[in-house]
Amino acid sequence: MKQVFTRPESLKDVPTHFCPGCNHGTVHRLVGEAIDDLGLRSETIGVASVGCSVFLYGYFDIDVIEAPHGRAPAVATGAKRARPDRIVFTYQGDGDLAAIGMSEIIHSANRGEDITVIFVNNTTYGMTGGQMAPTTLPGQKTSTSPYGRDVSKDGAPFKMAELLAGLDGVAFSARVSLDSPKNVLMAKKLIKTAFQYQVEKKGFSFIEALSSCPTNWGMSPLAANQRVTDEMVPYFPLGTYKNRADL
Amino acid sequence: MNSPVTEKIFVKGNEAVAMAALEAGCRCYFGYPITPQSDIPEYLSRELPKTGGEFLQAESEIGAINMLLGASAAGVRAMTSSSGPGISLKQEGISYMAGSELPGVIVDIMRQGPGLGGIDASQADYFQATRGGGHGGYRIIVLAPNSVQEMYDLTMLAFDLSDLYRIPAMVLADSVIGQMKESIVANARPEVVLPEKGWAVRGRGEGTEQNVVKSLKLGDGEMEKFHWMMHDRYQLLADKENRWEEYQTDDAELIVTAFGSTSRISKTAVTMAREAGMKVGLMRPVTLFPFPKPAYAALSERCKLFLTIELSTGQMVDDVRLSVARDAEVAFYGRPPGAGSLPTPEELFEQIAHRYRARPAVAEVTL
Repeated sequence: MKQVFTRPESLKDVPTHFCPGCNHGTVHRLVGEAIDDLGLRSETIGVASVGCSVFLYGYFDIDVIEAPHGRAPAVATGAKRARPDRIVFTYQGDGDLAAIGMSEIIHSANRGEDITVIFVNNTTYGMTGGQMAPTTLPGQKTSTSPYGRDVSKDGAPFKMAELLAGLDGVAFSARVSLDSPKNVLMAKKLIKTAFQYQVEKKGFSFIEALSSCPTNWGMSPLAANQRVTDEMVPYFPLGTYKNRADL
Repeated sequence: MNSPVTEKIFVKGNEAVAMAALEAGCRCYFGYPITPQSDIPEYLSRELPKTGGEFLQAESEIGAINMLLGASAAGVRAMTSSSGPGISLKQEGISYMAGSELPGVIVDIMRQGPGLGGIDASQADYFQATRGGGHGGYRIIVLAPNSVQEMYDLTMLAFDLSDLYRIPAMVLADSVIGQMKESIVANARPEVVLPEKGWAVRGRGEGTEQNVVKSLKLGDGEMEKFHWMMHDRYQLLADKENRWEEYQTDDAELIVTAFGSTSRISKTAVTMAREAGMKVGLMRPVTLFPFPKPAYAALSERCKLFLTIELSTGQMVDDVRLSVARDAEVAFYGRPPGAGSLPTPEELFEQIAHRYRARPAVAEVTL
């Protein structure tokens, strides 16, 4: 019998701590597949961030550095400058990357560091219990925005894929979603492209993956997935915002 | 570069730090401009790329220390430098490095504080340096040069000790030592047997185990075990790496103790006291962590009067009091940081002289 589906070698054969319906597991798998497909497992350094993504080292069978909150792009910069022949990626959530780590992400992108950043946007701080994030949608209720995000006081959500695309150092910036098989396949393709650009030393590559967080949204996995389609995708349009190959 | 070097060169303290980093095989430097240490990134921005190393001016001190963390985790020698406000920003990263058992060299050319303070010399960051500085309960190696030669030598030592013990190491100087020019011999890197960095994150390769550099410790009892392990390592450090300098302490009835720039002024004052017929010596700790407690304990067996001098209202004096015999008296004279606060040798001589004359009569009888 021909085996058509198996666990990527870059992932360990262990259960994850992620909640039912969370997309972290899917993103982990797609990153693992991209690393496998490009034959990079032995030469890749992952940089874990703070939040639900911190356990990266427990799920990926690759070398990993755990960074302080928001600092993953700086840590990745240090590792890449020390070992420019290695593949270095960060894996960060929205609070980590777009709030406390905004300085690190903007500057590493602007320097055109040859790293890949996987940004999981689920519009909330998952690990700490669902507080308002820099990508929380207008009007969205969270544990620290009980009356809904007030744009006049909290500002509007950051659109990171678009923001970073405007920087000259960025070679590739795209937003993907995991709410349908079609979108998962597109995500797989673009994540692989982002790593391929690093292999070719084209510069900074960035993937924003829209993700659900059923637990902190107070929704069933199905309803949460539907929210990604109905509320997140319209606000955070999918697509490739920067592709140096096009320039 | 292990050829013998004997030629004297005339350089600034900060330049000596940068030169030593190159000689020590530092491959990456990450920094941010701040007075009075900017000569270090300036020198390395020019010279480090010539050796194939990486110089990067970071977006912030926070960025710089985390780049240091990343480069060090990847197994190379790396350094950052700063002063007061910048060192405060680096504490987050230093705590993570300590928790991850990462080596790395941090140079602190102290200026005044708190806050923006000022750029003149200060020793008021002694506590910040020797007590760890960040959260979680850890210590880092702290070396205190008092000359441009020592800026060079102790920077190289910082790299070696940091690699040997897997503890971040700080070179703690101030603007006097950093900005002063002196003749030095740029010694070759000493031959030291260092452990392989088998723990480093380099890409796992084929057939080898995954390496993880992390400070998160959630396993049952894991964190407690880590703290006791580090406690033992700090003790080993104290047993093997204490360094200090004594000057005319053999028959001293009063021992002045000071570190860094203050020890230079104190030494002149001690010489003046000797010329005036007073039996006065100087004890200078070179390692501030580990603090050379046994050396103080031994000195205080025969000398019962100490005078600690610092450019602060008193920080190291606490460690001196914890180190000397119970019947020894530890006096203090401080000049808190501030423009015009550097004491003169004459001023310190007066402080020595009146305490010497008022010392207990029992000391006279025993001698």
